[in-house]
Amino acid sequence: MTEFTPFLSLLGGALIGLSAVLLMAVHGRIAGMTGILAAILPPPARDWGWRAAFLAGAVAAPAAMIALTGATIPFDSPVPTPWLVAGGLIVGIGVTYGSGCTSGHGVCGMARLSPRSIAATATFMVTTALTVFVVRHVIGGL
Amino acid sequence: MARIVSALLIGLVFGAGIALSGMANPAKILNFFDFAGAWDPSLAFVMAGALAVTAPGYALILKRRAPALDTGFHLPSGKGIDLPLIAGSAVFGIGWGISGFCPGGAIPALGLLETDAVTFVAAMVAGILVARYLRNATRARTATGAA
Repeated sequence: MTEFTPFLSLLGGALIGLSAVLLMAVHGRIAGMTGILAAILPPPARDWGWRAAFLAGAVAAPAAMIALTGATIPFDSPVPTPWLVAGGLIVGIGVTYGSGCTSGHGVCGMARLSPRSIAATATFMVTTALTVFVVRHVIGGL
Repeated sequence: MARIVSALLIGLVFGAGIALSGMANPAKILNFFDFAGAWDPSLAFVMAGALAVTAPGYALILKRRAPALDTGFHLPSGKGIDLPLIAGSAVFGIGWGISGFCPGGAIPALGLLETDAVTFVAAMVAGILVARYLRNATRARTATGAA
């Protein structure tokens, strides 16, 4: 069980949205984690500096929140390591061919009403739900 | 310098949003998609909050001629809905459903210093590099006309 957190999730979502708006207003860029991460991997894009800085900020934020406020950030990874590795490989391959993930298509693309992003988001929401159903209720959990 | 500092600050806002929202917590992701089990609807609120800010924000900003620190907006080219988009997104969902991590949740989760987040991100990076290699190899073969 995880606790239903409508207020925190709405607030967190609004901050994700604020970040996307600021990245567009200041840099003219889509806040898609797939695109930003892929562009700093070798061979890196020519313009990799701002992307590395964005990623550093994204990683530092939870650590800073814990250090400054003493808050705990719930984290529970219930999946065995071999499946985590398989899941990571599959996600990496899928987002590369699909040109984006939850942040790029699901937030930035949907906000622009991009038909490609709406189609991508609808597709991965359905396959994610189907996968969770098969893993938890057909196989009986990992 | 302004570009680096601003990107760092905007990344901090993104990471804080992910951490507060629950997107960095695989159990919460998996429960959101588990309609037949311990359903946790929180992530619908994340999406609603994000879109409620991004949609009007983009509409305002994209009316301007250029962003503050660049000469133009870099928007994805308006390609149509094609097979790589749909097949890739379908495959992404399978990986998300197995692991509970998506890229935007996993990167900030690294800041929690959890081994599972590091393991997932390492595998995801390997997946991105493999897919990029395969895609380039396919393109090169198509370009030279050798099948």
